[in-house]
Amino acid sequence: MSRDNPHASHAGRRLVAGVPYLWLLVFFLAPFAIVFGISLSKARFGVPPYEPLLQNGEVMAQWGNYAFLLEDPLYLTALLNSIQIATTSATICLLIGYPMALGIARAPDRWRSPLLLAVILPFWTSFLIRVYAWMGLLKNEGLINSLLLALGIIDEPVQMLQTGFAVHLGIVYSYLPFMVLPLYATLERMDLSLLEAASDLGARPWRAFLTITLPLSLPGVVAGFLLVFIPAVGEFVIPELLGSSRTIMIGKVLWTEFFNNRDWPLASALAVAMLLLIVAPLAWLESMRVRRRGAAR
Amino acid sequence: MRRLSPWLVVAMALGYLFLYAPILILVVYSFNESKLVTVWGGFSTKWYGELAANDKLLDAAWLSLRIAAASATGAVVLGTLCAITLVRFGRFRGRLLFSAMTTAPLVMPEVITGLSMLLLFVALQQLTGWPDGRSALTIAIAHITFATAYVSVVVQARLGQMDRSLEEAALDLGARPLRVFFTITLPLILPSLVAGWLLAFTLSLDDLVIASFVSGPGSTTLPMVVFSSVRLGLSPEINALATILLGTVAFCVIIAGIVLSRRRGERA
Repeated sequence: MSRDNPHASHAGRRLVAGVPYLWLLVFFLAPFAIVFGISLSKARFGVPPYEPLLQNGEVMAQWGNYAFLLEDPLYLTALLNSIQIATTSATICLLIGYPMALGIARAPDRWRSPLLLAVILPFWTSFLIRVYAWMGLLKNEGLINSLLLALGIIDEPVQMLQTGFAVHLGIVYSYLPFMVLPLYATLERMDLSLLEAASDLGARPWRAFLTITLPLSLPGVVAGFLLVFIPAVGEFVIPELLGSSRTIMIGKVLWTEFFNNRDWPLASALAVAMLLLIVAPLAWLESMRVRRRGAAR
Repeated sequence: MRRLSPWLVVAMALGYLFLYAPILILVVYSFNESKLVTVWGGFSTKWYGELAANDKLLDAAWLSLRIAAASATGAVVLGTLCAITLVRFGRFRGRLLFSAMTTAPLVMPEVITGLSMLLLFVALQQLTGWPDGRSALTIAIAHITFATAYVSVVVQARLGQMDRSLEEAALDLGARPLRVFFTITLPLILPSLVAGWLLAFTLSLDDLVIASFVSGPGSTTLPMVVFSSVRLGLSPEINALATILLGTVAFCVIIAGIVLSRRRGERA
């Protein structure tokens, strides 16, 4: 700012940057240090339900919680499950969202805004209620089973609720708008004269799509994939409401350790493991992507 | 104008059907006489009556609205300061950490944010006696912290595209920076502040996971009530609540759409 705004006072700038800086240090960064500290502690009965790290001037840290995470296969399974479910769901989102985004981007001008709005609208309604809507549809006595029974397609209700299928479906349904928006943004900016040139040179529409539209929209594909994958991988509500005890996801395991088992140190160790194994690589990917985009501009 | 290929039209129609059919069915069944959410027992508005008599749910809704308004306002202030710092202040010491802290909440799983905020509040209380237990206040602080990141992204986009010449002119004419901000910058970025506020409000109103970690005995929010009743099974009251929420959102969006298109028409 000093370069283009010599009048701005130094103290004013300090204040503008300082207030959010301090807030984030205290309420965002400091908590992670505490989480790490408590992950080295032991659970106990009492308030708070963990041993203090400092006892009589001695540090009582131990790595037992992390050893336990490695010993019990539950945690590794939950981690791998979460990654697999998030990857599959993001891929299905892409398959459904791509044609939608392409259709909106190529629709007549006056249709684009309302069509886009219609994609965003469900996002502004309650997430919980959208998941709840599927519970009514997927139940054994639910609408889908009743319909299939009435049509004679099936003889007895198909178990759909509390399956992996329902969890995938819930994630795809909840996060589809996150896929459509970035895809639309890249497809809408695309130079359509390239497609005209391809068609003038005799390329068929499919070929033009595969050689021009698809490669040009790759940044949108990556952005959309990450926007779905990131919230899906740590998801708690969807596996809790639509899944069964066999569809274990890491977010749900953390919740159970904390609320049901009241093992705060183990939950903290799990949070640290999630940060290192999931969040850190994603944050790194994201920063690479932003930097590359910045360089391209 | 090129015509859309029929494949695309079909794919879009199916996509919108997928997005809206579950919601519409939910709305239809909110007018169902039967207690069984999946069997049609005739038209009735009795679940709306039950909803209006459900004090626990109404109290929670009122609390959620207040928390959402407070945290959206706090997040807009902090998020705007973040955006100004990141877009306007160039390089400074600690910038990398600052930009990391403003973007990290966007990729942070909710369970981790919730757990870490709770452990912070517990530790703070042990050390300083504040906050005194968990309450609506701790929920609001947690919501401000994660919504700030979203507001910052929205405002940064607007600040980045803004024409700087008006500000420069005002500064050249001797206006003080604070005055330039309030008379020129703020009106120009106001739409993004409104958008950021609405986003933060929605995020707060919708949050179950973080609120569950940092709430206290007297502070049960609407999503927490809905979640505990949904976990026990389907309930027509929740359908009625969903319909009211959807109606409100649709109404606001349509009004906003009309206002925006009018304004666009005037400009053209």
